[in-house]
Amino acid sequence: MAAAAALEAVAPLGALWGLVQDFVMGQQEGPADQVAADVKSGSYTVLQVVEALGSSLENPEPRTRARGIQLLSQVLLQCHSLLLEKEVVHLILFYENRLKDHHLVIPSVLQGLRALSLCVALPPGLAVSVLKAIFQEVHVQSLPQVDRHTVYSIITNFMRTREEGPFVEELFEVTSCYFPIDFTPPPNDPHGIQREDLILSLRAVLASTPRFAEFLLPLLIEKVDSEILSAKLDSLQTLNACCAVYGQKELKDFLPSLWASIRREVFQTASERVEAEGLAALNSLTACLSRSVLRADAEDLLDSFLSNILQDCRHHLCEPDMKLVWPSAKLLQAAAGASARACDHITSNVLPLLLEQFHKHSQSNQRRTILEMILGFLKLQQKWSYEDKDERPLSGFKDQLCSLMFMALADPNTQLQLVGIRTLTVLGAQPDLLSSGDLELAVGHLYRLSFLEEDSQSCRVAALEASGSLATLYPVAFSSHLVPKLAEDLCSEESDLARGDGPTRCSQHPRCLQALSAVSTHPSIVKETLPLLLQHLCQMNRGSMTPGTSEVIAVCQSLQQVAEKCQRDPESCWYFHQTAVPCLLALAVQASTPEKEHSVLKKVLLEDEVLATMASVIATATTHLSPDLAAQSVAHVVPLFLDGNISFLPENSFSGRFQPFQDGSSGQRRLVALLMAFVCSLPRNVEIPQLNRLMRELLELSCCQSCPFSSTAAAKCFAGLLNKHPAGQELDEFLQLAVDKVEAGLSSGPCRSQAFTLLLWVTKALVLRYHPLSSCLTERLMGLLSDPELGPAAADGFSLLMSDCTDVLTRAGHAEVRIMFRQRFFTDNVPALVRGFHAAPQDVKPNYLKGLSHVLNRLPKPVLLPELPTLLSLLLEALSCPDSVVQLSTLSCLQPLLLEAPQVMSLHVDTLVTKFLTLSASPSMAVRIAALQCMHALTRLPTPVLLPYKPQVIRALAKPLDDKKRLVRKEAVSARGEWFLLGSPGS
Amino acid sequence: MVGSGGMGGGLLENANPLIYERSGDRPVTAGEEDEQVPDSIDAREIFDLIRSINDPEHPLTLEELNVVEQVRVQVSDPESTVAVAFTPTIPHCSMATLIGLSIKVKLLRSLPQRFKMDVHITPGTHASEHAVNKQLADKERVAAALENTHLLEVVNQCLSARS
Repeated sequence: MAAAAALEAVAPLGALWGLVQDFVMGQQEGPADQVAADVKSGSYTVLQVVEALGSSLENPEPRTRARGIQLLSQVLLQCHSLLLEKEVVHLILFYENRLKDHHLVIPSVLQGLRALSLCVALPPGLAVSVLKAIFQEVHVQSLPQVDRHTVYSIITNFMRTREEGPFVEELFEVTSCYFPIDFTPPPNDPHGIQREDLILSLRAVLASTPRFAEFLLPLLIEKVDSEILSAKLDSLQTLNACCAVYGQKELKDFLPSLWASIRREVFQTASERVEAEGLAALNSLTACLSRSVLRADAEDLLDSFLSNILQDCRHHLCEPDMKLVWPSAKLLQAAAGASARACDHITSNVLPLLLEQFHKHSQSNQRRTILEMILGFLKLQQKWSYEDKDERPLSGFKDQLCSLMFMALADPNTQLQLVGIRTLTVLGAQPDLLSSGDLELAVGHLYRLSFLEEDSQSCRVAALEASGSLATLYPVAFSSHLVPKLAEDLCSEESDLARGDGPTRCSQHPRCLQALSAVSTHPSIVKETLPLLLQHLCQMNRGSMTPGTSEVIAVCQSLQQVAEKCQRDPESCWYFHQTAVPCLLALAVQASTPEKEHSVLKKVLLEDEVLATMASVIATATTHLSPDLAAQSVAHVVPLFLDGNISFLPENSFSGRFQPFQDGSSGQRRLVALLMAFVCSLPRNVEIPQLNRLMRELLELSCCQSCPFSSTAAAKCFAGLLNKHPAGQELDEFLQLAVDKVEAGLSSGPCRSQAFTLLLWVTKALVLRYHPLSSCLTERLMGLLSDPELGPAAADGFSLLMSDCTDVLTRAGHAEVRIMFRQRFFTDNVPALVRGFHAAPQDVKPNYLKGLSHVLNRLPKPVLLPELPTLLSLLLEALSCPDSVVQLSTLSCLQPLLLEAPQVMSLHVDTLVTKFLTLSASPSMAVRIAALQCMHALTRLPTPVLLPYKPQVIRALAKPLDDKKRLVRKEAVSARGEWFLLGSPGS
Repeated sequence: MVGSGGMGGGLLENANPLIYERSGDRPVTAGEEDEQVPDSIDAREIFDLIRSINDPEHPLTLEELNVVEQVRVQVSDPESTVAVAFTPTIPHCSMATLIGLSIKVKLLRSLPQRFKMDVHITPGTHASEHAVNKQLADKERVAAALENTHLLEVVNQCLSARS
C-alpha cells in the first residue's frame, strides 16, 4: 500500500522534472501552463516546483537562470491564490534576493513579484519590503516599457490592499516622473503596448490615494498650463480621476489655482476636447466638494468655491455684446450639474440675472441665446428630485419663466420658437409646476406650430415631438383642448374633399394626420385618435371625391406611428390590434372582391405601395402581442385566407367570395402581402392553424404566373414561416417541397424568375438561422451567376442575402437571426466566389464581382480588414469593372486598406493613382466621392513613393474642383490640399 | 514681403483676442444628394474653405478670431469671381499679409482655375491696408513669396488640418 502511494507520488514528480527541463533547456513555452495546471489540481506543490527548478536557478548562465525564474513566475501568476502565508514569505525573500541578479533575469523576477503582489495572504510589512528592494536594486526609470509597466502594476496592486505610508514621496517621485506619458509604440512592437495602456495604468497609480494630493495637484496644474495638447488632456482627466478619492482636505489649498486653470482652458481653448475635459474636471471637483462630510466648525468650501465661479462668470452673462457668454454658461452648468446643493446655489443666483437679461435684449437672436442658457439650467433641475414642493427652486420663478416661454413661442423667429418649444418640454416635465391654465395656453401654441408652413419644418417637428412627450404627462389637457380641434379639421377636410375645393385645404391634411399620431402617446388618447383615423380611411372610401394614393398612404403612415407608440403598453397594443387589423383587412377584402362598380378607392387600396404600407401597420400591431392574444387573432386571420371565413370582419356583407389561394381574382391574391405581415410577425411559440396546408398554398402561389407582387409576397411569407419553424421532420418536409418546387421551376419554362425569387428567399431564411441546408442553396445561387438569363439578378440577390429586411425575417418580427450570420456567410462563401470569378468566362465575370461586392459591402470594416490583403489582386482588377456598384464597393474596401496597410499598398501605387483618377470622373456621384476619398487616403503612403506623381495628381485634381456637385468638390478640395502638402515644408 | 512679426518670439501682439463660436458643418440638403441637380459655388462654400485656416500666432482658426466671416465673402459662380475681405484682429497686426497670403493660397488650391480671386482687408480695419492689398493683388509677388521656403512653411502650417 505505502509503496504504491509513494509510486503514485513519484510519477507526477517525474513528469514535473521533464516539464521543467523542456521549458528551461528545451525553450518550449507549453510546459509552463501544464505545470500551473498541475499545481492547481494539486498534483504537486509550489515548493516542489522550486525544488525541481533547483539546479537551473543556480546555473552560471544568466539566460538559464532567467528561464528558470520565468517558469516559476508564470506558475505563480496563475496560482497565487493557493499560496499560504508561509510560502509567500519565503518566495518574497527569494525574489527580493534575485533582484540583485543579472539584468537579463530582472524581467522574470518582476513578473514573480507582480504575482506575489496579488496574494491575499501577504503578511503586513512585506509590501514595504518589496518596494524598498525594487527601488534599491533596480533603476526603474531605465527599464524597458514592459517592465516599467510591471512595476506600476505591482505598486497598484499593493495600493489596492494596503498602506504605503513611509514611501509616499518616493513612490510619487518614481511614478510621477513619467507624467504625462509621451510614448508612441514602435512599429511592429511585439508587446502590443499602446500609449493609452500606459496612460491609464499611470493614472490609476497617481489617482489611487489622497496622500499623493499635495505633490500631484501642483504637477497637474503645471501641466494643464503647458502648451502641449495631450498634456492638458491627460492632466484634466487625471484630476477628474483624483476627485473620486479626494476630499475637501486635499483640494482646499489648490482650489483657486485649479479654478483659474480650468477657467482659462474653457475660455480660450481651441480644442473641443480640452473644453470638454475641463468642464468634466470642474464637475468632478464640485461633486467632490459637495460630497465631503464637514466637522461642525469647518468652513464649507463648496460655498466659497461656487461663489468664486459665480463671481468670475456672471458678469460675462450680462455684457451687452455677449462675448464669452457660452463658455461662462458652460462652466456654471458644469458646476451646477455636480450636486443638488451646487445646482441650487448657482441657479438661484443666475436665473434672476438671465431673466432680466432676456428683457433687456430685444433682438430675437440674443433672446434665443439667453433662453438657451436658461434652458440649460432648467434641464439640470431634472437630475435632482425634490420631495417637498416648496423646496423646488423653480417654483419661485415659475410665472416669469412661463411668460418668457410664451413670448418665445409667439415670436416670429423660428430659432427662438424652437428654444421656446424645448423650454416648454422641460418645464412640463417638472412635476406640478405648470397650472391647467398654462397648459391650455401651451396646447394652443403647439396646435398652431403643428400647422406651420414648409419652411418651418424643424419647428413643426419639434412641436409634434413636444406634444407627444407632454401628452403622456397631461393626457386630459390634450384630450380636451387638442384632439377635438384636430377631429374637426379632419371632418372639414372630408367635406372639402367631397365638395371638390381640394388644393388649399389639402395641404393641411397630412399635418393634421401627423398631429393626431404624434399626440397618441397615452392609452386614453389612443382610444380617441385611432377611431378617428380609421373612420377617416373608411370615409375616403365612401366619399365621391377621388382620394389619391398619397392620401391613403398618409393615413396608413399615421396609423403606423400610432401602432409604434402603442407597442410599449400591452393594453394599448391589444386595443390597437383588435381595432385596426380587422378594419384594414375588411377594407382590403372588400376592395378585392368582385363588384359591379369599382370605386376608385378600391383600386387605390390594391396598389403595391398602399398594400405595403398597410402591411407595415399590421406587422407593427402584431409583433408586440402576447402569445395568448396573438393565438386568438391567428385563429381568425388564417381561416380568412384559407377558407374565406369573413365572419370576424366588422363589415362583412361582401357580394363575392374571398378565395385568394383558389381561383380568386388577381386582386385577392395580392392580399397575401397582408397575410405575410401578420403571420410573419407572430411570436415564435404561437401555433398557426392549418400550417401544412398554408405552406403548400404559399408555395403554389409563389411559383404561379400571376403578378410578381403576389408571388414574391407568397415566397417571402413561406420563407418567414420557414425561418421560425422548429427543426424536425416537418421542417425537412417543407424544405424538400421548396427545393423540388425551385428545381422544377428553374429547369425551364415561364416561371424561372419566380422560382429564382423563391430560392433567394428560402436561402435567406436558412442563412439567417445557420441551417445546414443553407450552404447547398447558396451554392445553387452561385451557380446561377453564370446563367445568361438570371445571372445579373443572382448577383443582386447577394445584396438581399446580406442586408436586413424591413418587412419579413426581422428580429423585431421574432425571426431567428444569428448575429454573426454575415461574417459566417463571408467565410463560407467568399473563397468559392473568388474561385468562380477566376474560372468564369469573361462575359459573366462582372456578375461574380458584383456578388462579391455586395458581400464585402455589408461586412463590418474591422472584420473585413484582415481579410482584404488576400483579396487585393481581385480588388485591383475590380477597379476596372464598368459596374458602378462594383466600383463603389471596391473603393470603400480599398480606402481603409490605404490607411491601415500603406506599405503593402505602395507596391501598387501606379495602378491606384491611375484608376482612382479615372473613377473621379465617373458619372455616378457616389463613385466620384469615393474615388476622391481614396485619392486623399493615398497621401498616407510613404511620401517618397508619392512624390513622382505629385504634379500629375495636382493637375488632374483641378478638374473635380469644378464638379457640379458640392459634395464631390468638398472631397476634391481636401484631397488636393493634402497632395499639395506632400513633401512641402511645414507639413 | 512679410514683415518679421512676433513669430516664435513668444510675445503675442494680441495676447487675449475675442473668441467667436465655430459654425457647425453645413447640413447636407436633399438637392445636394441628387445626382442631377447642379450646386453652384456659393458664399458658404467659400467660407467653409477658409474658416478653418489656422491663425499664424494663435492656436485658433480665422473663424474663431472673426478674421473671416461669411458676410464678407462675395462670389459669382457664373462670372467666375470671388472676393474675400478679411479683418485683422488689431489695426497694426503685422500678420495681416501672411493671413491674406494663406487665404489666397487656400483659394488657389481649392477653386477651379476659371475663378478670378480678390483677397483684401476689410476697409478701414488696418493701418497699412492699401499696401497689404497691393501686395496680395500682385500675382508675381505672391508667386515669389511661395518660392520662399520659410514663408511656404508658415503658410502650409496655417493650411494643415488641425488634429
